[in-house]
Amino acid sequence: MDRLGFLTGRAARAVLILFGVIVLNFVLLRLAPGDAASVLAGDQGAADPAFVAELRHDLGLDRSVPEQLWIYTKSLARLDFGQSYRDQRPVIDIIAERLPATLLLTVTAFGFALAAGITLGSIAARHAGTLLDTVLTGISVMFFAMPLFWTGLMAILLFSVWLNWLPSYGMQTVGEGGSDLSLVGDVAVHLILPALTLGLFYMAIYMRVTRASVLDVLDRDFVRTARAKGLRPGLIWRQHVLRNALLPIITFASLQAGQLIGGSILIETVFAWPGVGRLAFDALMQRDYNLLLAIFFITSAIVVVINLVADFLYVAADPRIELGA
Amino acid sequence: MISRLLRTIMLSVAVTLLTLAGLAAQQAGGTLNLIVQPEPPTVNVGVNRLGPTTYVGNKIYESLLTYSADLRPLPRLAQSWSISDDGLVYTFNLRHDVKWHDGQPFTAKDVVFSFQKFLPALQARSRLNLAEVKDIATPDDHTVVFTLKAPYPAFIYVHNTAVLPAHLYEGVSDFRTAEANSKFIGTGPFKFAEWKKGSFIHLVRNPDYWDAGKPHLNDIFFHVIPDANSRAVAFETGQVDVLRAGDVENFDITRLAGLDGVQLTEAGWEFLQPVGYIHLNNRHKPLDDARVRQAIAHAIDRQFIIDTIFGGFGHETNGPLSRQSRFKDTSVETKYEFDPAKANALLDEVGLKPDANGVRFELQFVPLPYGELWQREAEYIREALSPVGIKVNIVATDVPGWFKRLTTFDYDLAENFVYTTPDPAIGISYAYTTLEGDNAGTTGGNVHGYSNPAVDKLLADAAHENDFDKRKALYSQAQKIISADVPLVWTHDIVFPTLYRTKVRDLITTGLGTDENFADVWLAK
Repeated sequence: MDRLGFLTGRAARAVLILFGVIVLNFVLLRLAPGDAASVLAGDQGAADPAFVAELRHDLGLDRSVPEQLWIYTKSLARLDFGQSYRDQRPVIDIIAERLPATLLLTVTAFGFALAAGITLGSIAARHAGTLLDTVLTGISVMFFAMPLFWTGLMAILLFSVWLNWLPSYGMQTVGEGGSDLSLVGDVAVHLILPALTLGLFYMAIYMRVTRASVLDVLDRDFVRTARAKGLRPGLIWRQHVLRNALLPIITFASLQAGQLIGGSILIETVFAWPGVGRLAFDALMQRDYNLLLAIFFITSAIVVVINLVADFLYVAADPRIELGA
Repeated sequence: MISRLLRTIMLSVAVTLLTLAGLAAQQAGGTLNLIVQPEPPTVNVGVNRLGPTTYVGNKIYESLLTYSADLRPLPRLAQSWSISDDGLVYTFNLRHDVKWHDGQPFTAKDVVFSFQKFLPALQARSRLNLAEVKDIATPDDHTVVFTLKAPYPAFIYVHNTAVLPAHLYEGVSDFRTAEANSKFIGTGPFKFAEWKKGSFIHLVRNPDYWDAGKPHLNDIFFHVIPDANSRAVAFETGQVDVLRAGDVENFDITRLAGLDGVQLTEAGWEFLQPVGYIHLNNRHKPLDDARVRQAIAHAIDRQFIIDTIFGGFGHETNGPLSRQSRFKDTSVETKYEFDPAKANALLDEVGLKPDANGVRFELQFVPLPYGELWQREAEYIREALSPVGIKVNIVATDVPGWFKRLTTFDYDLAENFVYTTPDPAIGISYAYTTLEGDNAGTTGGNVHGYSNPAVDKLLADAAHENDFDKRKALYSQAQKIISADVPLVWTHDIVFPTLYRTKVRDLITTGLGTDENFADVWLAK
């Protein structure tokens, strides 16, 4: 299959998936008891029934669910994500403010997790059965088993409260201006703890997968043949072992990309990181449907794109794999 | 002669020095770091009256009056006022030298616009206030005269609501979505500067504030930190200077209060007067029987709730009003001692026999989804009611779900706390008055479905009685009946402590506590 055909096929599938996401989320959200009108009325402390009914009418919540879905899909077709009930602003503006923070956090964490996970996993596999292997495996089990928020709190306790090296919350030092360069440095310092906390969990997974995968490949005939041919160990490692061991890691990484955004909700909460994960949580709590649906839509779109990229990476890693297979 | 002159000179020098020292003590400048939790949807207090909105917004917007810790009205945008002897005419004289943050003058037009148009359109509570008014007149630009339909003494306590700039809303029909709502133009000591959503809200000193020399602070940052532990850390490491109730859980308060340079105060809740309670759905069997409700009250050790769950913060209460209320009459209240045997006896008397498992009946309990302490209280209630044969099933919800269940009577037991406020007419009346129709409106309303015509009449009469002693007598009668009927179980008269670093001075100066405008707050170097 040629690349264009593959791409259009995948794109069409992606659109279908995204539409499914919209409908499913829309219906699920409407099934939860309570709506935005009751939250808004609750905010006011006191409201008479007529007031709540009026609110509900203003927000279009008194229509039937299919009718609301139809209205929503129509506006979505015009790429209009609607207004936030609470913020009275277009949801797309709100998300645009917060998405960069999440992307910065998750991409950094992802990069760190991959690099550290593959490196440590390879080292563990090369030294399988030794003390080093046991120690590394132990570390990975520990970070995998510890809840994210707990790792985060312990990191804050150690690096912020006791050592006072790193800031405990936020994305930048509040109330301090400065040049662009110092701002970059400031954000970078703030990024360390949350990115590490989020990254360590996923690093543990990649470490395990890499170790198992490398051990598996090491046993294969072609590696034995390469050794018998007298190839240099470094070359065997790069060309034969790692390349083949990478495939399951790519699969895992592409699946995990979606979870990373979910995991960032916890991290963003603990570290007061102003990202889209927390925004989604707040929107859910306040039944801000338009905002929540748009966040679901955009994050789903990101995950779909990542999976598409992963498909191409398979081919790059192993030319024997055919597109569209 | 000379010595007298000398003495006079020395005395005046001393007085001058003392005055200077006094002035110098209130240092100008500095940044105050606070926490706003949760992040509010807006800081326009005309649009939303949520706690966080009021906390931030009251520094930007001002009201006609504020209230002292002993609940005397104090001048704010109104510099003086008078109430006619028959209690019908309220005349407010406004300050002449007040400017909006955009430079426009503040006038009577703004007050009338806010009271008559803007607030009632957005806030049901303001509609109730407006319903008491027959006529609003503005004889000149700086006088507003409210004429009421009937005497309504609570009227002096409704003027802590925001005044909004009328000139920004000319030609606007839908106040809810008006663009001016997010411009945050007030008359207050601080001006809105920046809101980085999810991170912080920044306010700066208003150099043109009408109270010359104030505010003392240069700017205020409200940090948004969603996790309670992280908020405690931010306070511990000195990144924020004040923790309000709810910023950290009660069990953390004693530890943080013990830190060097940290002080704790319980002051500042004299106006809101929060009271915690367990709603009993009076419309559901067997809770419609007063003896069953009394049995539940006897089965709960409310002192345990105060001491163990709320970390020792709180006071015993046996009726609808807070200990801080002028109308509280403990002498008429029925006291429900912790006495499971008595509870069992009452339930036996009603004829609710335990089955083979010792269960008389089951109840659905909807806890308040506002943090860990309420969750723990719910678990305690479940344990406490089990020995008297009441099986409690906890139904966890989020805030909208909780709201929905309460306002539609879809629960048996539910937790809540309410601000009972300085006057029962605006604070608690609607929680005990018979509902017209089926919808209680809000969770602060009569969601327990209590109905007693005698109470209805007492509350309505008391609200419109001009004579204080007669009012007090009417409210005493109402408290007597309500506390005997136990339409709900009052768990505790809430104490919300505030923690702050000692360098923060004059933090709490009125009955509104940290909801004040912070014109007086200053930082010691």
